[in-house]
Amino acid sequence: MSDHDYDAVNYWKSNLRLIFGSLIVWALVSYGFAILLRPMLAGIPIGGTDLGFWFAQQGSILTFIALIFHYAWRMNKLDEKFGVKEE
Amino acid sequence: MDQFYINLLFVGGSFALYIGIAIWAKAGSTSDFYVAGGGVHPITNGAAIGADWMSAASFISMAGLIAAGGYANSTFLMGWTGGYVLLAMLLAPYLRKFGKFTVPEFIGDRYYSQNARLVAVICLIVASVTYVIGQMAGAGVAFSRFLEVDSTTGLMIAAVVIFLYAVMGGMKGITYTQVAQYIVLIVAYTIPAVFISIQLTGNPIPGLGLFSTHTESGMPLLQKLNEVITDLGFNEYTADVDNKLNMVLFTLTLMIGTAGLPHVIIRFFTVPKVSDARWSGGWALVFIALLYLTAPAVASMARLNLMTTIYPDGTAAAPIEYDNRPQWVREWEITGLIQYEDKNNDGRIQLYNDTESFQEEADARGWNGNELVVNRDILVLANPEIANLPGWVIGLIAAGGLAAALSTAAGLLLAISSAISHDLIKGRINPSITDKGELRAARISMAVAIVVATYLGANPPGFAAQVVALAFGIAAASLFPALMMGIFSKRVNNKGAIAGMLSGLVFTLSYIFVYKGWLFIPGTNNLADIPANWVLGISPLSIGAIGALVNFTVAFSVSNATEEPPIEIQELVESVRYPRGSGKASDH
Repeated sequence: MSDHDYDAVNYWKSNLRLIFGSLIVWALVSYGFAILLRPMLAGIPIGGTDLGFWFAQQGSILTFIALIFHYAWRMNKLDEKFGVKEE
Repeated sequence: MDQFYINLLFVGGSFALYIGIAIWAKAGSTSDFYVAGGGVHPITNGAAIGADWMSAASFISMAGLIAAGGYANSTFLMGWTGGYVLLAMLLAPYLRKFGKFTVPEFIGDRYYSQNARLVAVICLIVASVTYVIGQMAGAGVAFSRFLEVDSTTGLMIAAVVIFLYAVMGGMKGITYTQVAQYIVLIVAYTIPAVFISIQLTGNPIPGLGLFSTHTESGMPLLQKLNEVITDLGFNEYTADVDNKLNMVLFTLTLMIGTAGLPHVIIRFFTVPKVSDARWSGGWALVFIALLYLTAPAVASMARLNLMTTIYPDGTAAAPIEYDNRPQWVREWEITGLIQYEDKNNDGRIQLYNDTESFQEEADARGWNGNELVVNRDILVLANPEIANLPGWVIGLIAAGGLAAALSTAAGLLLAISSAISHDLIKGRINPSITDKGELRAARISMAVAIVVATYLGANPPGFAAQVVALAFGIAAASLFPALMMGIFSKRVNNKGAIAGMLSGLVFTLSYIFVYKGWLFIPGTNNLADIPANWVLGISPLSIGAIGALVNFTVAFSVSNATEEPPIEIQELVESVRYPRGSGKASDH
């Protein structure tokens, strides 16, 4: 791939975009909802406590799983689309 | 049947299984020994990563930490799982494509520098040795409690079992024993949690029970818990924290540190393809989440159970009489992990938060100080006894705790021994060594590492208690940034990478040492380790994230001021970015 064909460059850009989007969600659920924004979500009750507490103890973990599977699925599609899939 | 024999049956049975796997999965080449031949299925690898990752700390200590800290200690739940997102997107697929055996080898090749490789080896060894001591000590404690041997003997038995499958089978043996250990540990963790969740909330899924109604009182479980503990002067379980900056940085340090720990990264080298490395990350987190979603439920339910055991007629009534204490309290008292002192000589057990704000109420009730000290680590181990579960569940917990400790120890020992045999012996001392010679060297390194870890487990040095500060601090501040820049930047060169790793390391360790003592020697700290002394309220445990920032900044600045990396290095970076053309992991 050292010859920098057009597809390779766009493949990498698509990968970076996907990572960037995923990491925004990653940060939003953990650092956002579970920590910094918790006081703002305090009005949303869930099982005897508030939404921020749920994100801190369970919600962020469930989101992380979804993020990784989504990333793996999208990347495997991109591998095919840009012709860099493993033989 | 006597409880001792039940425990022996469960622990002995699981050990026989591990040894059976060891005989079946013998390593025949360095590729078998370092990366299990590179043919592990992603779901199998996910389960192995789960066991590799979930240590004695996750299995035994984490629920106790959350029970004590409530919401504030959610940092461990998020920090020890969020790192897998970083691993799966920023490191694992590309390092798998690179296709070599060790983490320092990538750093050495990418930064075309034997010195960079050496820095990485040193970071790896310090982080992994600190980590492995806790596993060995944990195995010793589990043995001594459940099999009535002293903890040094327990440690020896654990060492012999690891020796059998790790020296013979290397990564191949470790992979398949880890899968078995995952099953043992997750079953052991889940069953008592399910029973307790049904007892308290009627919901058989502990993770859901946590947010359900407490059957007895009709209140939500967490509200009931808040009520009980605030009656006794403790903070609300769900209370928010004031120092959000520190909470964010601590979580971030745990996440980056998780992603940078070599014993986890090398597990991704064992799958056949780049796409498998991506899937592996997802499966790993699924398997980890099965325990991590249950742990907060165990934490809150065990804390409530403990309180209602001591105050059977409610917090307003008198606590239980010492002579009527349950059997499990008596048994754990023998180990010293539960301690009772009748300070007001009334023959009852007063358990409350002994602080100034509660003084008035304590005086009014004739209390003269908190009388019961419960070690946080016993929470999971004593859980079945607290909930009056049958004897076989206790046997299961014993086998599960040992599985968690052994599986992580084996993964760490492999990371250590492969750094010695592959990075130091083959990489530096004797590059012309044959594959057979290197395999022998790897086995000898593993044997030596086990002996050293066993010795340190029996005589833990002061730094052994600092796993979070030392292992996660180093992985976050030195290894993770170097690996990430190696993949995502073509511009960072050898000088930048070395300067970055060293400055991140020195910065992080200095900040830790200022508060915890230089090299953790007691009395050598410059400032007392209390929040009032921390710079901007940042605890020494949270500093790794700032160390990583220092690393990135220095590496980019130095690289931009010096020459570009050679063209073949830039091509190497290109090649790890595209999955096509990845073979099995190899040494050439």
